[in-house]
Amino acid sequence: MTETEQPYAELGLKDDEYARICTILGRKPSDTELAMYSVMWSEHCSYKSSKVHLRQFGEKAPETDVLLVGMGENAGVVDVGDGLAVTFKVESHNHPSYVEPYQGAATGVGGIVRDILTMGARPIAVMDSLRFGEIDHPDSRRLVGGVVAGVGGYGNCLGLPNIGGEVVFDPTYAGNPLVNALCLGVMRHDRIQLARAEGAGNKVVLLGAKTGRDGIGGVSVLASATFNDPVAGDGGGPSKRPSVQVGDPFTEKVVIECCLELFDRELVTGIQDLGGAGLSCATSETASHGGSGMRVELDLVPLREPSMSPVEVITSESQERMLAIVRPVDVDEVLAVCGRWGVLATVIGEVTETGRLEVRWHGEVVVDVPPASLADEGPVYERPFERPADQDAIQAATPDSLARPQTGAELADTLLRMVGSANLASRRWVTEQYDRYVLGGTVLAMPHDSGVVRLVDDSDRGVALALDGNGRYARLDPYAGAQLALAEAYRNVSTSGARPLAVTNCLNFGSPKIPP
Amino acid sequence: MTARIGVVTFPGSLDDRDALRAARAAGAEPVPLWHGDRDLRGVDAVILPGGFSYGDYLRAGAIARFAPVMAEVVGAARGGLPVLGICNGFQVLCEAGLLPGALIRNAGLHFVCRDQRLRVESADTAWTSEYATGAEIVVPVKNGEGRYVVDERTLDELEATGRVAFRYVGGNPNGALRDIAGIRNEAGNVVGLMPHPEHAIDPLTGPSADGLGIFVSVLKSFAAA
Repeated sequence: MTETEQPYAELGLKDDEYARICTILGRKPSDTELAMYSVMWSEHCSYKSSKVHLRQFGEKAPETDVLLVGMGENAGVVDVGDGLAVTFKVESHNHPSYVEPYQGAATGVGGIVRDILTMGARPIAVMDSLRFGEIDHPDSRRLVGGVVAGVGGYGNCLGLPNIGGEVVFDPTYAGNPLVNALCLGVMRHDRIQLARAEGAGNKVVLLGAKTGRDGIGGVSVLASATFNDPVAGDGGGPSKRPSVQVGDPFTEKVVIECCLELFDRELVTGIQDLGGAGLSCATSETASHGGSGMRVELDLVPLREPSMSPVEVITSESQERMLAIVRPVDVDEVLAVCGRWGVLATVIGEVTETGRLEVRWHGEVVVDVPPASLADEGPVYERPFERPADQDAIQAATPDSLARPQTGAELADTLLRMVGSANLASRRWVTEQYDRYVLGGTVLAMPHDSGVVRLVDDSDRGVALALDGNGRYARLDPYAGAQLALAEAYRNVSTSGARPLAVTNCLNFGSPKIPP
Repeated sequence: MTARIGVVTFPGSLDDRDALRAARAAGAEPVPLWHGDRDLRGVDAVILPGGFSYGDYLRAGAIARFAPVMAEVVGAARGGLPVLGICNGFQVLCEAGLLPGALIRNAGLHFVCRDQRLRVESADTAWTSEYATGAEIVVPVKNGEGRYVVDERTLDELEATGRVAFRYVGGNPNGALRDIAGIRNEAGNVVGLMPHPEHAIDPLTGPSADGLGIFVSVLKSFAAA
């Protein structure tokens, strides 16, 4: 280890966080370890500032007998009867979509679909919730066109029906669009998979795309970053461009079919997708959750560019990759299934009993850490918060202060402006770019109150999904705004004839370190 | 004996399961076929389904036509086997030379998914005999590269010889020349169309059940043969 100062601050780590890493390891971290801690302890991966609040979801959750898998895994799973379960989740991909709208939105869809696949489910529908600045804002053409094309381009090519969502324009979102993607999956109860590496000697198999330099440090550099110049056409500047991942929906499609066949043939004992923080996250989380250790030969990872360093390989966020844990006896069959689907599959390591995550690069140990220290034992902060100074003024400004049309002509003008408003007009110009028919199970889609899909052939069992939020209500009164968002989704599902069964959420907040 | 309809799955095929479902709904035995097999498993008809074979990052259908199974499909089609290409399957049929012309990027440059009215222009094929010539049906269309193009002389010839199988009615979603949504070969055993009849076999999950006739037609063609 070098005695010179390590660049932890540039990687987004604070002095005390760096000191904590040194304490955990009893030494200074290697460059590769430091990179792993920086991405795993980023706000994006660790929820270090929001964890104390999000805990309430677990603590206050009502008693239920339909929840088969709760928080802590890639997505929740609920029982829907007939031996079937559904899993669904929403995630944001806001900043990447601002920097590179098409790829940001596309990989947002790709990421959420892999989360659902990881649970053992066949993905069967997607939805998207989009927020942009005013439609005539100079940057909106780039963003709206790119994001919608990205959602459609990836989802259509993946063969998932897009069955609903939202598109809202408001000046608040100028320079900070929200791109939230939802995916729904279905599985039989006995096909539920968990992201756990268990059983010493089991092999760690990397499936899917080769690893490249796209998305290096994306979670720490990009996801939580703030852009100083919100109207700049090129987003956060050229230096951040490589942080956006590039999507390949074709590879994801064959990875999906390949993984579903592996699940059906019971060839994997645990599986995790590679998303934010790439291999750093997938290896440490599976080892930590499995209560095991793992040894990875990082130089076995197939690369797009052979000159990549171990730091780059282990933090790359190249898309369309999965990490499977496989019994040694099944390895040949796994590789054969992958070969049939044309999916690259490589044994890169094995599960150990050491309780350490050990990564080697051409024989040299570059990482030797307790996996839980990366995945689950990152810092947790109780950030100070207070009621915004303008909250009282906002709440005091009632609609009574707004000008009202006084004459017929003014009323007609108001009506025309409302009809012509992007927020009230038909969204067909967006939704028509999404395939809503593929897979043949779509019962309702846009512009209905909720999307409804049949779960499997030979059964009339279906689920209804609604994706709703009202940012203006939440700004006026966060508590009531959240209640109203739930109530709206509840109503939309109910009016389709469905019984509301479960909720998930996607909360989009600014940096917890910057006061509003 | 139940007639067997094969559906080819290429890597990136998306509507293969839908086509198998439609074949079953029409009363056939659906038979999955694999792109890498030089084997049609003795089926009585073949469907090339919609999707993005090999990602369609190159020209749509340009790689799929080289799949081992396609050599069998082309040979069998020339021998009279009924072959239907839907969307990407239509693109593959054009690339494989079984049908003339090409499908290029939509005139509006966007992917378009909508419920589309079509007129059946030729009921004299293995896949359309259930309809009356001139009948109007509603089935989904959904594509980014569905604009049918071919040289003027071939267009004239297609029309003169009754080889336009379907035309868009009430709006052309992609700028296809002469509103052509689907064409047939001279013998009438090979038909390609951009819209998706397999998504219109049940009013619960489609805009109509108008598409089912395509699959019933081919079954009746076996019975008649």
